[in-house]
Amino acid sequence: MAVTESPRAVDLAPPAARPAGGRSRGSRARASRIVVNAGLLAFSVLYLVPLVWMLLAAVNPHASFRMAVPSPTTENFRHILNKDTTYRPMLNGLLLCGGGTLLCVVCSVLAAYPLSRFRSRLRRPFLLTILFSTGLPITAVMIPVYSMFVQVDLIDSMPGATLFLAASALPFGIWLMKNFMDGVPVVLEEAARIDGANSLQVLRRIILPLMWPGVIVVTIFTFIGMWGNFFVPFILLLSPEKLPASVSVFTFLSAHDQTQYGQLSAFSITYSIPVVLLYLVLARRLGGGFALGGALKG
Amino acid sequence: MTSSANTAGLSGGAAGGSRRAGGVSRRPSGRAAAANGLLRGLPLVPSVVLLAVFLAGPIGYCVYYAFTDMQLTGATGTSFVGFDNFTRAFKDSDFTNAVELTLIFVVGSAVIGQNTLGLALAVLMEKASKPVRSVTSTVVIAAWVLPEVVAGYLMYAFFFDQGSLNSILHALHLPQQNWLYTLPILAVCIANVWRGTAFSMLVYSAALNDVPQELVEAAEVDGAGPWQRLWRVTLPVIRRSIMTNLMLITLQTLSVFGLIYTMTRGGPGNKTETLPIFMYQQAFQNSLIGYGTAIALVLLVVGALFSFVYIRMLKVEEF
Repeated sequence: MAVTESPRAVDLAPPAARPAGGRSRGSRARASRIVVNAGLLAFSVLYLVPLVWMLLAAVNPHASFRMAVPSPTTENFRHILNKDTTYRPMLNGLLLCGGGTLLCVVCSVLAAYPLSRFRSRLRRPFLLTILFSTGLPITAVMIPVYSMFVQVDLIDSMPGATLFLAASALPFGIWLMKNFMDGVPVVLEEAARIDGANSLQVLRRIILPLMWPGVIVVTIFTFIGMWGNFFVPFILLLSPEKLPASVSVFTFLSAHDQTQYGQLSAFSITYSIPVVLLYLVLARRLGGGFALGGALKG
Repeated sequence: MTSSANTAGLSGGAAGGSRRAGGVSRRPSGRAAAANGLLRGLPLVPSVVLLAVFLAGPIGYCVYYAFTDMQLTGATGTSFVGFDNFTRAFKDSDFTNAVELTLIFVVGSAVIGQNTLGLALAVLMEKASKPVRSVTSTVVIAAWVLPEVVAGYLMYAFFFDQGSLNSILHALHLPQQNWLYTLPILAVCIANVWRGTAFSMLVYSAALNDVPQELVEAAEVDGAGPWQRLWRVTLPVIRRSIMTNLMLITLQTLSVFGLIYTMTRGGPGNKTETLPIFMYQQAFQNSLIGYGTAIALVLLVVGALFSFVYIRMLKVEEF
């Protein structure tokens, strides 16, 4: 599966044509379809239980772990929508992940160009290294990163954490971006070159406009990954006023012994909304996960 | 263009061909070529610098620190201790416990759980009617899109003594227990299945779409039942997707930290202390950076092996 927006990646429906059997087989197929439908629906309901609990708890001021249908109030949201609990962690998350994503996308567009367009002996080893590093467990390097950041005094620095987030997303970003750029025909570029455009102009005027959907996919995908990242800011940032929402959900859960589960649920929902929305944008654009599933397959 | 069929697996095959034809139209020689090559590589510089400083650097540090007795306090001199950290690890029953738990977690939640469930869902969704298909995929993907810590919190609430799972079991007149204390590793495994299955489901849905319909129909005409069609036709056709998916979910599961840490913090005792959590606790709670780094190196090497096998499997003849 290539990393392209091929139509079949977009369409999740399998080919409509099914073996047209005899009448008895047709009715058996109908029966088995009913069983499959019922099974999948039952499964979905079970899968949904934890999510429904969160939604109900968020509007229940006396929420406990037992699922209960309350008379809904917005009390929990009113409690958490203040600077310390919600706005600052969300803003921190936006700065960290927005900055990291921007850096990652700009670097990967630049890097993708020579990788996609020029031949060189170094190209293949470089790409193999990039592909190899997409698989490395970032979790495992966090302790040395911590020691390194202590030595150069970057611990508890938002720019430091942003740079690290960008670097850790970069291999996958470069890989995706290069594959999207391969989809832009080189003929158009040559025409522009004959007209006297230089590489930067070609990149800006010809290639980027044509691979805009790819850039958006990489951007959204990188941002979602960073927004959900807990371990990196958990290790690299210390001061409470610098922590992003991913870490403050955790401190919320562990700090209050008599945790206000309703408020925590409300906060979890608020924190999750941006990525859910971004995912929907992605899904609309590219058949969402289906294209990404294909992209991730390599 | 020798292997466009193979290339198509990785990059747009057609684009690859035309690029090749156009890219090397002119080949200046000598010093001019070298200068040109450098100039062409210039856009790579920001990425290379970032990767060298923040990724290759720490990996190098990781290898170095793993052989020292560095402590969190730092000031009191760090010295080279050879393989002490590793011999210590293999004698440490907590380390072997962490290795076992990591194996259980990876095999149980990824290789068996996510992989099988994802495949089953993809196969069943092909047979289901369209609304059911979209409901199922939306629900499964919703759990995947949620941030890790939120998923951990929801699963904590689900498995808690007074949580939803026990309520359901109660309603069904089945025995209940305090899951997070009696079977914590099972709870975190299920949590990881709940959160991660969407990935396998998406990979397999895409793969099943590529299975030629004629092949399945031919098998049906020859009298193969649904199971035989799955085992003998569909699965062999998508075997490469299965291998790639297994590699990728193994790599993802190997480094899961937030989910387990939110649910149990490695507890009760050390019953859910997988390698990432053990590593974190040694380094930051016991202040043994050197020892923690040695464990990190073990994790990194295992991850690197899987990653290496993964890129070999992609059969990257050319990019």
